[in-house]
This record gives sequence, C-alpha cells and structure tokens, in this order.
Amino acid sequence: MELNNSKPKRITWWQKNQIKISPWIFLAPGLIFFFIYVIAPIFVSIGISFYQWDGLSPSIYVGLQNYIELLDDEYFYISLWNNLKWLIFFMLAVPIGLGLAIFLNQIVFGIRLIKSLFFFPFVISQVVIGLIFTWFYQPNYGVIAPFLDLIGLEGFSILANENSATYGIIFAGLYPQIAYCLILYLTGLNNINPEQIEAGRMDGAKGFHLFWNIVLPQLRHATFLAIVVTVIGALRSFDMVAIMTQGGPYGYSNVLAYYMFEQALSEYGYRMGYGSAIATVLFTIMMFYILFFIYRMYRNEREDNN
Amino acid sequence: MKKVIISLIMMFGIISSTSFAGTLVINTDTSDAAPKEAFEYIIKKFEEENPDVTVKWNVFDHEGYKQSIRNFLNTDPPDVANWYAGNRMLPFVRAGLFEDVSDIWKDSGWVDGNLSENMEHAKKSMTIGGKQWGIPYTYYQWGVYYRKDLFTANGISVPTTWDDFVAACATLKAAGITPITIGSKYLWTTAGVFDYLNLRTNGYEFHMDLTLGKVPYTDPKVQAVFDKWDELVKPGYFLENHAALSWQEALTPMVNGEAAMYVMGNFAVAPLKEAGLRDSNLGFFQFPEITPGIPMAEEAPTDTVHIPSKAKNKTDAKRFLIFMSRADVQEEINKILGQLPINKNSSVKKGDPFLAAGLNMLNNAYAMAQFYDRDAPAQMASEGMKGFQEYMSNPDRRQKILERLEKVRQRVYK
Repeated sequence: MELNNSKPKRITWWQKNQIKISPWIFLAPGLIFFFIYVIAPIFVSIGISFYQWDGLSPSIYVGLQNYIELLDDEYFYISLWNNLKWLIFFMLAVPIGLGLAIFLNQIVFGIRLIKSLFFFPFVISQVVIGLIFTWFYQPNYGVIAPFLDLIGLEGFSILANENSATYGIIFAGLYPQIAYCLILYLTGLNNINPEQIEAGRMDGAKGFHLFWNIVLPQLRHATFLAIVVTVIGALRSFDMVAIMTQGGPYGYSNVLAYYMFEQALSEYGYRMGYGSAIATVLFTIMMFYILFFIYRMYRNEREDNN
Repeated sequence: MKKVIISLIMMFGIISSTSFAGTLVINTDTSDAAPKEAFEYIIKKFEEENPDVTVKWNVFDHEGYKQSIRNFLNTDPPDVANWYAGNRMLPFVRAGLFEDVSDIWKDSGWVDGNLSENMEHAKKSMTIGGKQWGIPYTYYQWGVYYRKDLFTANGISVPTTWDDFVAACATLKAAGITPITIGSKYLWTTAGVFDYLNLRTNGYEFHMDLTLGKVPYTDPKVQAVFDKWDELVKPGYFLENHAALSWQEALTPMVNGEAAMYVMGNFAVAPLKEAGLRDSNLGFFQFPEITPGIPMAEEAPTDTVHIPSKAKNKTDAKRFLIFMSRADVQEEINKILGQLPINKNSSVKKGDPFLAAGLNMLNNAYAMAQFYDRDAPAQMASEGMKGFQEYMSNPDRRQKILERLEKVRQRVYK
C-alpha cells in the first residue's frame, strides 16, 4: 500500500478549492465595505425607527409610535403624493431623450460637437442646475417672467405656489435627465443592425412603422436602462428640492427623501427615529421596484440564453 | 541612568506644561466678515493679556456649524464654543454637554462688578434649571425698518399705534407701494412678525407660555394674534410671492422704493446701506402698540459663548469667558459687529442712529424675547414657522393650521 503511494499526489485543500474560493477573495474587499456601508445601515436605520432619539440624549423605545404618527402626518402624504408626481412626469425624460437621440443620430458635419452639447446638462452638477432654474423662475425679473406676462400670469412665482412648485422642480430635474436618456439611446442606436432596417425597408416598412416595429425593439435594452435610472432618479430626488425650495412653500414640494432629511438632520429636526421611519417607508417602495427590476433582468437573461 | 531619568522627567514636564498653561481651543461659526473680524480682535487681545495661553481657533461655516457642533461636543470638544441663548442651548444642556458656569455669574470678585447685575436683563435667557450655562456677548434689536422718503411722500408719520400702522399700510397700498416686504423662503422671517404681533397683543408672559408649550395653539389669545395678522394679510399688505424669496432677496423691493417697511433684525441695515440706502432715507421704529397697557417687550436674540463639559482646558476657558463678559471687551466686539453689548457698562458705537435707537428701545424694554425659533423647541419652531408661512399665503386656512400646530405641541412638549 505504502509503495503504491510512493508518488504521492498530495492535493492540498487550497488546490482543491482554489477555483471556488478565489472569486470570493477578490470580491471580499468590496463585499466587506458593501456590508458595512450599505447593508448594515439599512438594518440599523430600521432599528432606529422604533426609537425616539435626538442624536444626543439616550434613545427611548417607542415601538410603532413613529409609524402611527406617520399615518396621521399631513406632510407625509404630501411628500408621498409628490413622489408619485415625480415618478410620472420624470418619465417624460425617456421619450424626449429618445426623440432627441433619433434626431441627433445622423452623419452631418460637426454632429459630434452638437451631440456633446446636448449631453452637457448631465455633466453639470444638479446643484448648479437647481440654482439656475430658481433664477429662471424668479418672479418679475426671471428669464421666464416675460413669457408668464404674455399669458396673463404677471408676477406669478412658480416656486412659491403650492400647486406649481413641484412641477417647477421636476421640469428643472428633466433637463439633465433627458440628456442622460439621450446618451443611453445614442449608444443604443449605434448598435442597431442596419441589415434589419434594410430588410424592413425592402418589405415596405417606413416612417413610424419602421421605427416602432424594427428600431424600437432593438433599443429594448436602452429603454429598460433609461426607465430604471429615471425611476431611481425620481425616487431619490433630493438635491433639486433642497436647492430650489427646501420643500417649501410650507412643505408642499417635499418628497420623501427630503422630508426624511428635514426631520432627521436639518437645523430644526433631529428626530432620528421619525426620519428613519420615513426612510424605511421609502426603502420599502424602492424595494418593490428593485425586486421587480431584478426579476425582469433574471427573466430576460434566461430568455437570452435559451 | 540618572541623567536619562532627569531628562525624561524634564521632557514630561515640558510636555505637560505646554498642554497645561497652553492651548485654548475655540470653535466658532463666525464665518461672516464682521463676526470673524470681531473674534480675530478678541483672540488677539486675550492672548496679549494672557501670554501663557495660545489660542487655537477653528472657524466653521455658519450653516455647517449647526451640524458640526453636535458632533464635536461629543467627540472632539473644544474648550470654548459659541452658540445661542434660550431654548436653543437646551438640548446641549440636557445632554450634559455644556458646563455649568453659574460660579462666574455669582462670584463678583472675578469680574469688574457683579455679572448678574451688569447683565441682569440677559440672565434669564442664560438660565436653565436655576443655573447659568454660558456668557452672552452680543445682541441686536428687531423692529420695523422703513423708507423715510416714501413715508414723507405719502404724508405718513411714524405709527405708534396699531390703527396708525394699518392706516399707513392702506395709504401705501393705495399709492401702489407694497407696504411690508418679507422673504419667507427660509421661514424664520414669518416668526418675527408673529412674535411681535403676539408680544403686542398678549404680552411677554404669554409669548413665553406659548413657546414653553403651556398654552394650546387653539387658545382664543392665539386666535386674537391671527385676527390682527388678518388685518395685514387679507388686504395684501405683505409682498406677493414672499415664499419664493430669501430675506436678502426681499430687500430689493425696499431698495428700489417699491416696498416701504420690513419687520427685521438690525443685521438688515448693513446690506440695505450697501445697496445704496442712507441714514436720510432709511429709518427704524419700534413695532407699534396693539393692546394698550401691555408693557412693551422686544425681540433681542443673543449670541453666547459656552464651555463644553468635556473640554480639556477648563481653567483657561473660564478665563476666556470672564474676559468676554468684560464691559470694555464687549464694547469693542460690538463696535466691530455693529450690534449691542450685553454688559450695561459698555458704551455703544457713536453716530449709528440704528444702534442708538435699538439701545434706547432695549434699555426701556419690559422684557426680551429671544425669537420664536430660539424660545420654542426646534421641532415646534419648525412646524410653527411652516404654519405661519402657509397662513400668510392662505389666510383662510388658519383654523386647520392652528389645529395642526396644536397636535405638534402635544407631541413635542410631552
């Protein structure tokens, strides 16, 4: 027996499992930080939402009190409703971005320059855009004031009116978002198979038909991505609100993300528990969406593989 | 060997002495030009008088400081930090982060004269639970700033009663001038108007009861305040679109002669003068009487210095606080700040009619309120001011707003 093993094939545990383990070793730094900075805070935050805590004094356990109060909070419903407005109207960025992409997808002298000019809004910081749009909207001396005068809305302040403030902010938010969708579609258009278009033309498809049945299906991935980033952008809209209105007038342009900040961290807030409760609600809404997104991605990939 | 030990001891001695008679760390939010200059002056003078102390001074951005102070008081406490009087310091006092400095207020031997006497009128706003928690060094008056030339052109004299005030607004409005400008984007300006209407309608005691949460917001006395406010809001005497403007942006109509008055703090004078107004066309008057016979109390927000309870060098910190309380020091600081000293033995910068008027008004004041958002706890203040802004845009929602505020009051003061 021993002689048979004189040429020992001593396979160490490491050699046996190397292939299985090495990806985890490479992933470890990322995973560790992802856990510390993303996963753990989610649970800590959910935990805090059951407490009353100002960040300085000892915290008091209050059970579901924060959530019960949330249900009776006018501003919470206003914020939720505004988030919905954001979701709906922010979506305009997708078709507008697509339209612009198709318009810009031609070979003319200097088109590269023009494309990059259209892409420019996405490069500018949201804070700067918010600030500039606030000036645009300024009653009486803003850029759009003369146009408002024309339609009989002299001295009308978009951001000071509870009914128009949110739309004013969404409009400003669309400016960079359209550029983002535009760039997604431009890359998508580059990858379109010209032979299919050729074939479609030969079969007599043109104009809208060609676009709807041949081009758009090939842009499926770009569309999916554009919708995903737009929905996430709408749900986490914070910078614009903070810069342009701070949730005002009297909380009517608030969104959940900003309301959470206002309650938990702003000058007058420091209700960590209540803020966390809002964050948990926002997280739940996002979770539904993200799960749907992951499910679709999973399904798509299985389809592609079949 | 002996040598080594001796040198070790010496080194230790040097190290401990440098950290002992050594550094005084001061954190302030004085990022604006004048306050910064004032603190530069104070620190230089303090170092001159106390050559054994080296001051290490950290200036924070004014807005960021409100966040940072919560962190550094716990984790990296300085020896002295500036803050505000009244309820604003309550969270820190309650969390045990500010040092009790009642001994400075009591011990008259330490200071020139008795602090409690020299700063009598400010003592109340520095007291929580019968103890004093800091030293006030400056304050400023609130009132009505107005365009003298617009008043003269429309034949209006400075109103001293509510009826005169409302009549003046009517005259101005008829002449196509916005009677009162205000920018309520950041909410707190509305609280200035509310406070004055409340102080004049119901008096100082009621203001304190309300901000201390002892009275419901649905109380008839609060309704009475809003009745008076209605007289200004309903005929449109305030600037339109105020919710879109910051307080600075709302100065523009006044500078352009499109608006005549502003219920504001004295800090508005500097930007108004920079924009071109002069003593000849810019004036100040005390907010007029509403309910006759109610003693006139004023708004006078006070800035303060405190010792964090975790400070390392409390001995020098106390020396610094005593230094800051001195009449001559406060006089110099406030000359630079263009504000009023707390110590009544300090004199005020000459030739500034606004400071002179303010000093005169505050010296005769029945009592001093800190301001709605400093007297009321933060959460109440933020909801309150949101409500005031909503009311000013939609006066008919008053009842709904007051009921909401009452709900908040019951939660906050539990």
